[in-house]
Amino acid sequence: MTRGPDARIGGDLLTIEGLTKAYPGVVANDDVSFTIRQGEVHALLGENGAGKSTLVKMIYGLVRPDAGRMTLRGTGYAPATPHEARGSGVAMVFQHFSLFEALDVAENVALGMENPPAMGQLAARIREVSEAYGLPLDPLRLVGDLSAGERQRVEIVRCLLQDPKLLIMDEPTSVLTPQEVGILFETLRKLASEGTAILYISHKLEEIRTLCDTATILRLGKKVATCDPRETSARQMAELMVGQTLQTPTRDAGTPGAVVLALKDLSVRSSNPFGTTLKKVTVEVRAGEVLGIGGVAGNGQDELLAALSGEARAPSGAVSLNGTAIGHLGPNARRSLGVLTAPEERLGHAAAPDMSLTENALLTGAIRENLVSSGFLKWRATEDFAKRIITAFDVRTPGPGHAARSLSGGNLQKFVIGREILQRPTVLVVNQPTWGVDAAAAAAIRQAILDLAEGGAAVIVISQDLDELMEVSDRFAALNEGRLSEPRPAKGLTVDEIGLMMGGAHDMEVAHVAE
Amino acid sequence: MDLSSINPVVLIASLMVASTPILLAALGEMVVEKSGVLNLGVEGMMIVGAICGFAIAVETGSPTMGFVAAALGSALLSMIFAVLTQLFLSNQVATGLALTLFGLGLSSLLGQGYVGIKPPSTPKMDLGPLSDLPVLGRILFSHDLVVYFSLALVLAVWAFLKFTRAGLILRAVGESHDAAHALGYKVVAIRFAAIGFGGACAGLGGAYLSLVRVPQWTEGMTAGAGWIALAIVVFASWRAGRILLGAYLFGGVTVLQLNLQAAGAAIPVEYLSMSPYLITILVLVIMSSSRGRASLAAPASLGRSFHASS
Amino acid sequence: MIRLERRREPSRLWSYVTPVLAVIATMIAGGLMFAALGKDPFEVIRTIFWDPVLGEFAFYYRGQLLIKAGPLILIAIGLSLGFRAGIWNIGAEGQYIIGAICGAAVGLAFYPMDARWLIFPLMILAGAVGGFLWAMIPAILKTRFNTNEILVSLLLVYVAEQLLASMALGALRNPEGSGFPGSRNLRRYESSANTELFEGTGMHWGVVAAFIAVIFAYILLNRHMLGYQIRLTGQAPRAARFAGVRPNLLVVFCLGASGALAGLAGMFEVAGPAGQVSIDFNVGYGFTAIIVAFLGRLHPVGILLAGLLMALTYIGGEAAQSTLGLPAAAIQAFQGMLLFFLLAVDMLTNYRFRFGKREVA
Repeated sequence: MTRGPDARIGGDLLTIEGLTKAYPGVVANDDVSFTIRQGEVHALLGENGAGKSTLVKMIYGLVRPDAGRMTLRGTGYAPATPHEARGSGVAMVFQHFSLFEALDVAENVALGMENPPAMGQLAARIREVSEAYGLPLDPLRLVGDLSAGERQRVEIVRCLLQDPKLLIMDEPTSVLTPQEVGILFETLRKLASEGTAILYISHKLEEIRTLCDTATILRLGKKVATCDPRETSARQMAELMVGQTLQTPTRDAGTPGAVVLALKDLSVRSSNPFGTTLKKVTVEVRAGEVLGIGGVAGNGQDELLAALSGEARAPSGAVSLNGTAIGHLGPNARRSLGVLTAPEERLGHAAAPDMSLTENALLTGAIRENLVSSGFLKWRATEDFAKRIITAFDVRTPGPGHAARSLSGGNLQKFVIGREILQRPTVLVVNQPTWGVDAAAAAAIRQAILDLAEGGAAVIVISQDLDELMEVSDRFAALNEGRLSEPRPAKGLTVDEIGLMMGGAHDMEVAHVAE
Repeated sequence: MDLSSINPVVLIASLMVASTPILLAALGEMVVEKSGVLNLGVEGMMIVGAICGFAIAVETGSPTMGFVAAALGSALLSMIFAVLTQLFLSNQVATGLALTLFGLGLSSLLGQGYVGIKPPSTPKMDLGPLSDLPVLGRILFSHDLVVYFSLALVLAVWAFLKFTRAGLILRAVGESHDAAHALGYKVVAIRFAAIGFGGACAGLGGAYLSLVRVPQWTEGMTAGAGWIALAIVVFASWRAGRILLGAYLFGGVTVLQLNLQAAGAAIPVEYLSMSPYLITILVLVIMSSSRGRASLAAPASLGRSFHASS
Repeated sequence: MIRLERRREPSRLWSYVTPVLAVIATMIAGGLMFAALGKDPFEVIRTIFWDPVLGEFAFYYRGQLLIKAGPLILIAIGLSLGFRAGIWNIGAEGQYIIGAICGAAVGLAFYPMDARWLIFPLMILAGAVGGFLWAMIPAILKTRFNTNEILVSLLLVYVAEQLLASMALGALRNPEGSGFPGSRNLRRYESSANTELFEGTGMHWGVVAAFIAVIFAYILLNRHMLGYQIRLTGQAPRAARFAGVRPNLLVVFCLGASGALAGLAGMFEVAGPAGQVSIDFNVGYGFTAIIVAFLGRLHPVGILLAGLLMALTYIGGEAAQSTLGLPAAAIQAFQGMLLFFLLAVDMLTNYRFRFGKREVA
């Protein structure tokens, strides 16, 4: 169906020369140069913080470079606004932040276009284009009611309607099941075969090796290489990207102990009007075991964490700890029993951004660390606790008196996870423990989680990073539309099986009945 | 008491007059809130509008000039709020309160020389035979231009938000300023415009109080009308049509209690006077207790500060 | 081109400097306003800020200072707790009125019995309870029906004003007052009078209560779990729920405490400086206290200083009114301006200006 890359790829479309952008304290992009050709799928590869998003923001007119220049189809290109970029045929699919939940699909599409037709006509065009590219959409539905995969379709269709010459895609697969990724790749290949260039941002090496013709690798704001991903091994690219050899977590698979935490028909309504309701989640976690819970974002992960932390109450029998019903208990009562949690959102949920680390240590440590006596705070003991976390988890900060938001993502995450682990949990639940965290910190966090389980705690890791889950889990289950699939041993699971679990938990249940 | 002294035709006609200030202010505030900004300074902007309109109308002898000045004056005042909340990223609740406190002080300062004066009267529209119709003519076709303007404005705001691209962009900014910014919309500029419009509307509402409804200037004459306008926006779930309904309902209660006072009802005057406020609270309670719906209607970014690099 | 940049953490230094900057900026802008009114700005500023403290007639004004500052501080301390937690009670004026009515009603009920040891404490209790209950209306509506407490507490001010009128003209009217509105004078009734504790200082029981409130608030916010929860809720509501804070409990506590303190302030005022329940004994302390709370950066000690400063503008304003003919409203506008400048410079604690190239994102 698709022609070979050589037939497809044409002349130079966008040439980037010496782009540089500095923010106070950090050089986001340092003298970056490369060329994107017509019909080419060009990967932009790099770790979190390597400067990928700043670079594409410059191409899309959201950020102005300090130095360097860009040439689009032979003429100078320096967009001051996204409107100008779109006018020149550059479109972008965002990872976050560009859809409006309370508006419908057609309105969302119209907002991303320069000269949208009348609403009725636009709706028809949306139906037409979305069908043609295998991404069916109902233009009149509210975006808030759509799944993550469908929302991405809205973004893509919005771009396609403008006939882009260059399509920028920022981490598009992080919200998709493996099956949906397959569909997306088909669409992208079709687009490329029609002559559209695609700048594909990712840190997932296998994806890039399947899809892309060229890869530009960034590290710490600098371009370190341009290569042909099909002829470069994943290992080589990873080393270029990270610049060091990484230590992978190790663990001896022990025999799990007694059931510690049991969820039985746990159903909880989401507190967010566009959230996902948990539906009859049933699972048991044993001492010394790590249960990995995968799933596409927005399928009930936050709600599950809230139901376990006690922020959302459930019927008392729906959650039990060592046989005692605790579903009706609030966060602090659960903490005193040993159920500790670390939510996904670090700033604002797991920690208060403007408060000091000492004050943030008090946030969950008050009871188990005995930091309060008859209502009065023991600041000295609290500061000691904060210092212990900082030392034990190698949190890089001048001291516990500094505000949480002054820490980098990785350091704050180490603080948050460390705060819970140091309280010797019976059950630890973490959501996205390494999201937006640099590789070294991520490895340390994973190792700490594994050590904790080895020490006899029951651990639940909720994550959207399948590689991470395969690395730490003894058993694996997936959330889909608020339902949790039957957990299965992680060892030996194939990508297809995982995809099925993520894409259709209810189908799996039926299959189990049939067995 | 003598209920027969209350004439239903006059009652309805005066209801429209009594509602107009709040209708205008609430409509403006709704547009502001649709853009994601909560301006609690409506009361302050209204009273500044009331004195600006009054003073200019008295000085020039032209009520029209008065209304124009009121709209400009309050829009100018609202720009203080816009600069503080949008550029200096101050807390919107606190800044709105400051606007109200400042507006009350400023208005009595400006109004010192105008106590006890009668303003030039605002002419009624002459709609010819329509005005002569029995009952209907009195109720619908015998008002001044501002009443019709406020009704047209309801229609215009409704159509603007529902059908125009600018209206769509305004709603988008109120839903998610981050997404709107990522698409290249000028969040701050759009919010400035919305705040200015809200200020102008509040000013018109205030001037209608001092030039038509009362008509004279007294300190603190808005007496909570701005706050009631804010409540009506919540009542209306941010929809123009229901703003009209809310404002007229409130106007109805006000006019009715005034008529009962005049008719010498057995209830003490003070309790009648507090009834509009109590009914507003009651309505707020009813609206907020039907959960979910109200929270869906409220713009998602309402009251949040926007800073592009954060 | 100048642009704003978020600091990595709030600046302690700037949080102390900004209120001072705001006061200076207000003096400049206020001076321009006074000049526009045809007054000599330097003379007005001196009359307002200098004369009452150090001028020729300062002995008279100094007593007034505490009388005005007492209720402002008392109310602002209560408000600051809620403001810190993101719970906006802006109806303190109403709670103040109801506290005054309740306190006065108790005192008048015992008239002319001679038992100060019983009556005055009962009045204090009644004032606090009255303000508390009035504040419970928005609190309960907020917790039960999620009704906006800003609008309800404010609308209740107008209801309270009508109640006050009804009381002054009806139930509490002085039977020997030959039909004039207003109650008996509580100050002239031994058992109910909130008298000056030290001659000429202006120190009355309400001022004592204000100082106690400052100390309690300081301990609460810095040393107690409840204070920590209040701060946490205001800064990161989601983190507060995660930490096990029960938001409804905080709403009831913050509104209740601010209502009780406002009620106390009202009671002390009506039994002391004002003397009687009259249609307009309230002079807007409940609203000015909002400015005091912010000017004091919601910090107890800050509020103490801010209350004194704001009292100075009242007294100095009155002096300027009588000696220079400055309109009373000018002071009100001046106070509003102060809040504007405070909010404007407040940003400097969290952001800093950068002078450099234009930045879009």
